[in-house]
Parts: sequence; C-alpha cells; structure tokens
Amino acid sequence: MYVAVKGGERAIDNAHAWLGEERRGDPGIAELGVPQIREQLALSVHRVMAEGSLYDPDLAALAIKQARGDLIEAVFLIRAYRTTLPRFGASRPVETAQMACDRRISATFKDLPGGQILGPTFDYTHRLLDFALLAEGEAPVGPSKATEPGPVPHVMEYLDREGLIEQAPLVETTPPDLTRTPMALPAERALRLQALARADEGFILGLAYSTQRGYGRTHAFVGELRIGMVSVEMDIPELGFAITIGEVRLTECETVNQFTGSKTEPPQFTRGYGLVFGQSERKAIAMSLVDRALRWKELGEDDAGVPAQDAEFVLMHADNVQATGFLEHIKLPHYVDFQSELELIRKLRRAAQAETEALL
Amino acid sequence: MTSFGQKYPGGPGAEPLDIGTHYNFAYLDEQTKRMIRRAILKGLAVPGYQVPFASREMPMPYGWGTGGVQVTAAVLVPEDVLKVIDQGADDTTNAVSIRKFFERTAGVAVTGRTQDATVIQTRHRIPETPLTADQILVYQVPIPEPLRFLEPSETETRRMHALQDYGLMHVKLYEDIARHGAIATSYAYPVMVAGRYVMDPSPIPKFDNPKLEMDAIQLFGAGREQRIYALPPHTRVVSLDFEDYPFEPSKADHACALCAATGSYLDEIITDDAGGRMFVCSDTDFCQSRLSGATP
Repeated sequence: MYVAVKGGERAIDNAHAWLGEERRGDPGIAELGVPQIREQLALSVHRVMAEGSLYDPDLAALAIKQARGDLIEAVFLIRAYRTTLPRFGASRPVETAQMACDRRISATFKDLPGGQILGPTFDYTHRLLDFALLAEGEAPVGPSKATEPGPVPHVMEYLDREGLIEQAPLVETTPPDLTRTPMALPAERALRLQALARADEGFILGLAYSTQRGYGRTHAFVGELRIGMVSVEMDIPELGFAITIGEVRLTECETVNQFTGSKTEPPQFTRGYGLVFGQSERKAIAMSLVDRALRWKELGEDDAGVPAQDAEFVLMHADNVQATGFLEHIKLPHYVDFQSELELIRKLRRAAQAETEALL
Repeated sequence: MTSFGQKYPGGPGAEPLDIGTHYNFAYLDEQTKRMIRRAILKGLAVPGYQVPFASREMPMPYGWGTGGVQVTAAVLVPEDVLKVIDQGADDTTNAVSIRKFFERTAGVAVTGRTQDATVIQTRHRIPETPLTADQILVYQVPIPEPLRFLEPSETETRRMHALQDYGLMHVKLYEDIARHGAIATSYAYPVMVAGRYVMDPSPIPKFDNPKLEMDAIQLFGAGREQRIYALPPHTRVVSLDFEDYPFEPSKADHACALCAATGSYLDEIITDDAGGRMFVCSDTDFCQSRLSGATP
C-alpha cells in the first residue's frame, strides 16, 4: 500500500542521533581530545587548514573529530565556518625568504647558503609498521643543537642573478579574491594559484602526475622546497606601521622548468610555484607542476590539449567541497525527474514497437 | 586550548549555541545579502540572463540547494511565511532540513499550504496551485547553463549567449527528432525567455514549463556554479520546439489514486514486487487540500 512521505523530520533527527553515537565509538575506549588530534594527527590538521583556507589548528582538529576523520567533510566544516567570519583587513604578503625553516631542500644544488635541512620527513624512513607504537610509551626525543638562525635565501635568486630564469616582476595590483568574487575565466595566474592552493590534494596530485607521464610535459626540477613558520604582518592605519599578528606554518615549492624558448620568449628556465598552509609538501610540489602547466599560453608554448593545460577544466573541478557536494547530491530524491524520464522512455518504446510491428 | 570556549561560539565552556545571537537574520551577513540582492535585481532587469555572484559556502553541501538557500536568505524578511518543497512535497528530507534551517536562523513562520506562503523554495517542481503577485518562488538549480551539455566550456557558452548563438541547441533538438521521433528531453526542458535568452528552468518536469509564465516573481539560484537568474512576473517564456513538432507537456496518463485529480503531475509508487503500482500527486499540499475538501 502507499507509503506516506511523512516522517522526514523524525528520520533526520534519529539519523543525527545515531551519527553522534557512531562518532563516539565504543564508550569503553577513551575519547579522543581535540588537542590530541592537533598534536598527533598534525598532517591531517594541516591538510584541512590548507583546503579549508583557514589557518586555525584547533578548529581544524575539532572539524576532524566532528567529521569522524573524513577529511573532506572536515574541510567542508571549516569552509562553512570561515565564510561567516568578518573580514577586518588584509595582511602584508608573507615573506617566505624570512621563513624559520624546519626543512629546506634543493634538488638542483648540492650545497647552498642556508644549507640543506632535511627536517621531519618521511622521505628516508623504511615503511615498516612500527609495532612499538601499539603500546604507549615515552615520547621520543630527537637530538637538539642550538643553531644561529641565519639567512636562508631563495635558490631562485642565484639563477635570477645570472638571468637564467624568467623574471618574476612585482605586481602591484591587488589580486582578486576567489572567496569574494565569482571565478572569472580566463583566470589570471594569481587567481589560478588561489584556486590551486585550496584545491583537493588528490586531484592536483593526479594532474601533476599526468604531466610527468607525458600529458603536457613540464620538465620540472624542485629548485627549492621549504617548510617553516613565517610571520603574518598587518598594517595598522592607526599606528602607521605594520605589526606581527601571528605566525603560520607554510610549505613553499619553487620548480625550475626546462624551456627551450618559443616565438615570444628566449631559452631560459621558467617557474612553477606552490604555496600551501601547513606541512603539505606533496600538495606544494604538485601545485607547482600544475601551475607551470597552466602557464603555457603566456610562455607561448603549444596547446597540447592535455587536461593539466586546460585552465577551465582544472579550476572548475579542483575544489573538493564543490565536487563532493555535486557528486553526492545524486542520492537526493529525483522522483519527479525520473518519473518524466519513465514517461518519455515508455513513449519512445511504444513508437519504436509500433514501427517494428508495421514492418512485419 | 583553555580559551576555546571564549574564542569560538559554541565551543566547550561556552553557552549553548544560540543561532539568533551568533548569526545574522537568515544566516548570511548583510553585506553578502546586499551582494546577492544586487545580482537578483540585475537578473530581474535582464530576464533569463545568468548573473555571476560570489556564492558563499553554506552549512549544507553544494548540490543540496545552496543557491536557492542563499537567494531565499537574501529575500526573506521577518514577516515572511516560508514553504519549502522538494519533488513537490513538504516532508521530503531535504525540504525538512532547509525549512528547519530558516526556522532556526530567521525565526520566520513556515507553512505547507501554497497559498499561505509568501516565499516558496522549491527543488524540481512548480506547485499546482497558481501563485499570486504577492509570492516569490525560489528554485534550486544544479547546472544553470542550458548549453552546458552541448558545450562544456563556460567561456564559450557565455559567448554564445552574448551573440544569441543558439544554433547548437536547435540542432540538438532536431537530432532528437531525427533519431527518436520526439524531443528526448523530459525535464530541465530549455525555454526562450522574452525572445532573448535560452534558459534552463532547473530540473522541473516539462509538464511544469507552461506554468513558468505566472504572476509571481521567480528567482533561480545556483550556488556551486555561482549564478543567479530570474523571471519577472508575466515574462514570456516559450519552450523550444518546432512548428511541426510542437512542445508537449506530459505526465503519467492516470488520475491521482488519492484525490482523483487528473490535471496534476503524478509520482509513480511501487506497491508490491509483482508490478503493482499507483499514481499519486507529486504536490502533496495540492493533494491533501483536495482530500480535506478545501479548494486549492
């Protein structure tokens, strides 16, 4: 018999109550605290901050807890919160040359001023499960040595001095804000980089990988990868000078790309750039490759027709909050549309059958 | 972390989150509403034209009606009476969720009765009861671009609209007829607005297309795609067709099994596993009004 469509409200309330129970899991197991997530699942927290476009480790950790560890859901929570925040100003551009580096490596020069700093990396760990972590134990302590914080200049400066790398002139115009104005196409590089910085890590990784495998080759070397804290400074009109309002951890990647020249540009190295909140070097490297691939037009390169060169394709599909929403919305009711499709298919089939019968 | 409660509304140690004090009326801040209202006014001034707007991230996912919700939030005033439907029904889960959102954030009165509402947000249907000049109908739109599945590039489709270059659409409709003997689009059926712009009426069944010419203001919000468009009252809206293959609104060839209406759009309900089915009104308010003897 006809099942009444009433009951949606109670169903939703009950579903949410169940969700809350599942989120907590077995109450016999100690509850996970937000500070524990912040400190011990830091790379998840960093990813949520990067793709959520909000630098707040406490809130990102809370979002991860609330989302039961689903990072895209956590990014979504952060975005929805972020959008309600009032804007009281814009900071000065952060000075990554002044970064207090935890990690700084160059794949193009063996040694250089500031040195190679390996930092806390998985790179040379053997990926063997450490069963010791199953038990609770003392916190491991690394060796420490007091260092003089010396200058760590950007590697690109050395190439720049010789004129081997393309100039990156200072642009004085205020870049558009992706979160306050609708995406306009074609998008200038500043807008593209904004979109890439908050783009889904997996999507950008796949695109960058595709350029390495031949779908729009970018010939990239990691000129420099650096991770560390930078100060955020803001001009205070009442004071007449800038003050530091906080610190953020950033990952910056600059690639040096082979370039044999084009009709408009001489042979020189070209740049790809990646900058991401937190320690997110996979994302930063991938971003710099995709950035470089998207620059084909301004460098006078050929359109190879590959996905990573198509700015509209990349920018309109890189946001995981948008993508997951639209993808998953197809589970919402579509009775009405499906009903109209049923009527249409039945009508077309009747017409086709009548034709077949007429032929017999 | 000790300052968590003071730092964030609703954090541990804080008072229970009272939406009314922590968020603006109807959730969005006034600057955002102003931006959306400007887009709406532009849309009304140029019927059928897709106005880009700086869509915000809403606390419900893209695809759940974020465009419609933003438009509703921008037009809502405290005296409004809101109705929300999904698939024609007031009690489908997402309609319930959106209605609750506005009850919580705007404190407006809500109703299921079409004629009592001043603002109606809808997904996929136009109510059967004719709307009046005092009402606003807000549509949730997934893909605002009627040319999107013929031309994936936005740069290109905007150019096509600017030049009124709709040949591709007519070729598509012609090819449907050549291949199937009929235009094979049953919902989101494209319309020509005021003789200028081809518009996607959102995924309403084509049965609803003739109702697009109405007394009420119609606003269309696409959140993820960052577009708003509009139909002012009594705008000429013509479903695309050919002289020899005229547009036909269609529905299941039955009467409603509950209220016996013959002119309303019907849902097909499967009643058993032996092919049993029944047809009932998709517009639940219309159906119930008829059943209770009230004239809808």
